[in-house]
Amino acid sequence: MNALEATGVWKFYGDFPALREVSFQAPAGGCLALLGRNGAGKTTLLRILAGLSRAGRGQVRILGGDPRERETRARVGVLGHGISLYDELSALENLTLFGRLYGLAEARERALEWLERTGLERVRDARVREFSRGMRQRLGVARVFLHEPAVLLLDEPFTSLDDRASALLQELLRAAIRAGRTVVLSTHQLREALQLATQVALLVRGRLAYTGERSAEMLEDPGWLYRQYGEG
Amino acid sequence: MRQRILITLSGVAALLLARNLYVMLLQLPDEKEQQAVFRIIFFHVPDAWTAFLLFFAAMLASVLYLATRDLRYDALAVAATEVGLAFGGANLVTGMIWGSNIWGTAWTWDARLTAMLIGCLLYAGYLMLRHAVEEPTERAKNSAVLSIMAFADVPIIFFSIRWWRRMLHPAPVVWGGGSMSPEYWRMLFLNWAPLLLLAAVFLAVRMRQEVEQRELEALRRRAHAL
Amino acid sequence: MGFVRQSLTVAAKDLRAEFRTKEALNSSVAFALVILLLFSFAFEPTQEQTREIAGGLLWLAFAFAGALILNRSFARELANDCLDALVAAPLSGAALFLGKALANFVLLVAVELISLPVFGIFYDVNWTRQWGPLLAVVGLGTWGLTVVGTLFSALTVNLRLRELMLPMLVYPVLAPALLAAIQLTSPLVMGQPLNAELMVWLRLLAAFDVIFTALTLALVETVLVR
Repeated sequence: MNALEATGVWKFYGDFPALREVSFQAPAGGCLALLGRNGAGKTTLLRILAGLSRAGRGQVRILGGDPRERETRARVGVLGHGISLYDELSALENLTLFGRLYGLAEARERALEWLERTGLERVRDARVREFSRGMRQRLGVARVFLHEPAVLLLDEPFTSLDDRASALLQELLRAAIRAGRTVVLSTHQLREALQLATQVALLVRGRLAYTGERSAEMLEDPGWLYRQYGEG
Repeated sequence: MRQRILITLSGVAALLLARNLYVMLLQLPDEKEQQAVFRIIFFHVPDAWTAFLLFFAAMLASVLYLATRDLRYDALAVAATEVGLAFGGANLVTGMIWGSNIWGTAWTWDARLTAMLIGCLLYAGYLMLRHAVEEPTERAKNSAVLSIMAFADVPIIFFSIRWWRRMLHPAPVVWGGGSMSPEYWRMLFLNWAPLLLLAAVFLAVRMRQEVEQRELEALRRRAHAL
Repeated sequence: MGFVRQSLTVAAKDLRAEFRTKEALNSSVAFALVILLLFSFAFEPTQEQTREIAGGLLWLAFAFAGALILNRSFARELANDCLDALVAAPLSGAALFLGKALANFVLLVAVELISLPVFGIFYDVNWTRQWGPLLAVVGLGTWGLTVVGTLFSALTVNLRLRELMLPMLVYPVLAPALLAAIQLTSPLVMGQPLNAELMVWLRLLAAFDVIFTALTLALVETVLVR
């Protein structure tokens, strides 16, 4: 069974098609890099995969289930542009909250574990509002991995990370892929993302122009794929 | 073809109205207790019936939109609400004309008029929400939810206002709904027919306009994306 | 994790966050007090007048001040894209909604329980004589305000003019509930017990709560998933 499957997915904003006939499969234990310009539909597609949006037409299957089903959502981790943390709550309170919502049996203990793994155990009771940018990013990463999701959906995760957070995320993603979990990340052709990727998909104006394995050429010259498809 | 149907319907409505006006003004005798202006009831009451029917249609269209996500139902919902508001407004204005004629005061907090006023505010809110949301799919979805909530409220509003006026003071009522001669009842329904026809025509025109507006937006968006 | 536990988790989160900053709470209480004060300029109330306007005065204060809290309900989730994280979590829309509604209810009742004694002082009214039924009415009325307001908070969360749109949409829908609450509160605050006539209003209020709780729970998932 594929970890992710999209079949004939369309998404309309009014009469405007943001996604057109998108179909792809992502096998378990791999990393799919979703490439495309701004406005190509990467975020739209990720939101549908995350269950935040409904496809206009077509079908999406995550781990065999509909993305909106509770069982499916419990096994998916989502990291968007904002880091989804509450400023007035402490780091520990934030992680415990999400741990509980994701049905973790010992949410607090797991939260403490992850605070340690991300180097935030000293500030566990400090409000997130007081955190530096890098600390927030690391906490955001902790939140995504907290419930050990089988599928991770990340929207341009490396774009605003500092070095420490970026290294942490890469390490965690590599470990996750090795453990057989599936990662989908959208990216602007950044080196870090392409290094992790086993599979690549290119969205051009809502259509999937290319899907296939990540090749050596793509790694050496990240712009190669864009040029291949006339995106310059 | 469509154009022709709409023009025919409008023509029929106009003829019926003309005929009714003739009968109303020249043939029907004055009602026993009320004055000549009572004839306004032939518009006042069917306006309310038509508005209610249209708000009901808007609710149905909203439910169908949420079930199918077909934007044509959204066009129907907004068209029905707008035309419904027009008829609701007409009901209010005719009620006020009548009131100022009979009682000397335009607004007497009559239960039915007050309930209609709240209903109109409710649906004016619907239109305001639509104006505030730019993205068509989001707009359709959210206004559908509002339309369903609004219509669920309509009977509650009606009942509560009626109880309020009954309890407080028996204020002058626009029309007790009591006895009326059979000729008047017949005219009431006979005048409803052209109003319904007009409502259907307005509905069709507004729906087409909504659909075309949306297509235009999509084309503009496509043009910008290129 | 069960529905109830998830709702309580969300409610606790909202309350904890609010009590840390007290932004909405403070401005809401201040607004309520200002309304009570300003109305005393308008009315120069003697005991006679207070008897008639008490309910209206209190519920206007509660409704207007309450809008500040209700607005914040989903607006607080916008910072850092928290709303997305909540919708993506294995949490049913109804559980999320109920949690927020519960938190809003607590906050609204807090504002009201502060306003009542202040009202008693400003207007020289001993409002505790029928405190049992009064609290029941305040509870029922506030719950109606809460469910409708919380849903509309979700509906308007992405709008630029959110602070303006929320009250304009909520108040017409709430009109019958506010009417019932006002009709019940005036006599209760003045120490008059509930009679058969007033019980009709109580039943209306309860029916409103039941209908709109069911409706909002059913519709919230549609609003949250774009």
